[in-house]
Amino acid sequence: MTVRGLRSRLRSGVGRAGWAVADAWVIGRRYLYHLLRKPDEIASTLVIPVLAVLLFGFVFGEAMGAAMEVPGGDYREFLMPGLFALTMAFGIGNTTIAVVTDASRGVVDRFRSMPIASATLLAGRCVADVLAAVVDLTLLVVMGLLVGWQWHNGPVPFLIGLGLLLLLRVAFTWIGIYLGLLVRSPEAAMKFFSLVFPLAMVADTFVPTELMPSWLAPLAAWNPLSSTVIATRELFGNPSMPGDTWIAQNAMLMAVVWPLLIVAVFATLAVRRYRRLGE
Amino acid sequence: MPSVFDPSHPAVLTEGLRKRYGGSNGARVLDGFDLAVAPGTIHGLLGPNGAGKTTAVRILTTLLTADGGHAEVAGYDVARQPAHVRTHIGLAGQHAAVDEFLTGRQNLEMFGRLYHLGARRAQRRTAELLERFGLTEAANRPLRHYSGGMRRRLDLAASLILAPAVLFLDEPTTGLDPHSRNEVWQAVRSLAASGTTVLLTTQYLDEADQLADRISILAPSGPGGGRVIAEGTQADLKARIGTDRIDVIVTTAEQVELAARTVGDVADGAPELDSANRRVSVPVADRVSALAELARRLDDSDVEVDDIAMRRPTLDDAFLSLTGRRVVADENDAGGAGTGRTG
Ligand SMILES: Nc1ncnc2c1ncn2[C@@H]1O[C@H](COP(=O)(O)OP(=O)(O)O)[C@@H](O)[C@H]1O
Ligand SMILES: [Mg+2]
Repeated sequence: MTVRGLRSRLRSGVGRAGWAVADAWVIGRRYLYHLLRKPDEIASTLVIPVLAVLLFGFVFGEAMGAAMEVPGGDYREFLMPGLFALTMAFGIGNTTIAVVTDASRGVVDRFRSMPIASATLLAGRCVADVLAAVVDLTLLVVMGLLVGWQWHNGPVPFLIGLGLLLLLRVAFTWIGIYLGLLVRSPEAAMKFFSLVFPLAMVADTFVPTELMPSWLAPLAAWNPLSSTVIATRELFGNPSMPGDTWIAQNAMLMAVVWPLLIVAVFATLAVRRYRRLGE
Repeated sequence: MPSVFDPSHPAVLTEGLRKRYGGSNGARVLDGFDLAVAPGTIHGLLGPNGAGKTTAVRILTTLLTADGGHAEVAGYDVARQPAHVRTHIGLAGQHAAVDEFLTGRQNLEMFGRLYHLGARRAQRRTAELLERFGLTEAANRPLRHYSGGMRRRLDLAASLILAPAVLFLDEPTTGLDPHSRNEVWQAVRSLAASGTTVLLTTQYLDEADQLADRISILAPSGPGGGRVIAEGTQADLKARIGTDRIDVIVTTAEQVELAARTVGDVADGAPELDSANRRVSVPVADRVSALAELARRLDDSDVEVDDIAMRRPTLDDAFLSLTGRRVVADENDAGGAGTGRTG
């Protein structure tokens, strides 16, 4: 078998973009195989939202809905978009663990010694995460429908809302990839998350920012999660109490700007880190 | 630009390579590292744990940038033409870099696709390599169910997808049991027979001895470390580091001197005295006749012998004769492959 001709093709750069997409897909598919072999990964991502629906939706739901004076009175209608976004954020755990595992086992070394663009490989992980997020979202939407949540503005705003959620997932994927390249072991990553996860909770998820103590409210309002949550509530026609701060009033804009900003920063950091891994 | 197939140009060449980790205050890991590997040969890079073997391999495979000096692989400058280098090399690192959750076949096909072989050719190449490494039967099992030796062989197969001109093997048998180690040795030998240039790192003298055409010995870390202190064929090096040894253990420490005098001129070099262990270590040229002669002389003398053992020189012996100091072996790192090394 001759592979010599191929080398010149590899070098020529012809159709480099096409190859980049193909490569990202090959890598992405690898992670999707993992998902098939470890369905518990999806399950573990969904544990928190499911528990949250049961606990907040049913046990405390009545009281919270009443206390907050949710327009229309249904706390579960208010809650579901928050849980969608929270699940997108929590996906960062799987991303980071997968990347740090690859890096510590030498798999990343092999990829880096091959003639493939660095960004392509990392993008592959992102592709896989977005596809996994589609599965997560589908299951969550079904669960939402079962507990009485609905979208009220027709299919197009609904799909745009899902699009914003996936965009948020893309942003968190790049944070996760960067962290995975930064820490040395899965254990170190776990320690880090126990500090970071509470931050993901300080957002418009369970309680509107309006009702938070004044020192916490700005932090929650400027949390990128909040913009996506408020924007999707609007798109789905679910009850919302965004308040009248600038950031809350421009949630739709910020639900796009935040993720793009995060991707720009963290993708740059991740690619740079990847190129200098092990220095 | 020199061609890959120019037989007079080294397939791997380094001149005065320098590297330290953690900025200018970090410890020097490579400090004037020189290496030249002729195309189509197996070259052993031998050194104790921490000597800088992996660092050298990482620089040569474009994973790490050197602080100074020059490195070429397959005629391409590692620092300036990394993309070219990557299309000509294969790497099997210290940890098997394969995917635990994919099957053997999926692993190889994935790497084939990433080398842009296309689906059909990736499949064909995969089948070829599985066959060659005796993994056809296990091809559809996830790697989690592979033994350590099988995983290493698959790792080796993955590094060969593109039929690389130069293959880097970083401690390919560390942590393997003797049976798996033999499997890997066999695979490396058949590779070299097909014309691939191999740079192999190892902590074990007998591994380098078994596989390599030429050997470079890397100094232990510390002062004077990070450079090659001896290079040559086995025969060249044997002449410098002493050949086989016969250890004579006597019953009391006082007898060590006497034993050394008794066996003196059988030795091929100066015997090494170790009172603490009541041992005289005698380098010998021809072990069988030397053993017979030694036994006869000890028998005729007043030396009370506790034990006589014949052993091959270890890396320790090599460093002792090359640098005059002992290297503390890292037992943990040697793992299963370290057992029976001195027999
Ligand atoms: N990424 C790193 N950062 C800092 N020090 C390192 C790094 N990698 C290796 N070292 C140090 O460099 C020295 C040489 O390591 P290495 O090249 O792995 O040696 P070997 O492969 O011969 O055992 C060791 O002292 C090791 O601790
Ligand atoms: Mg090493």
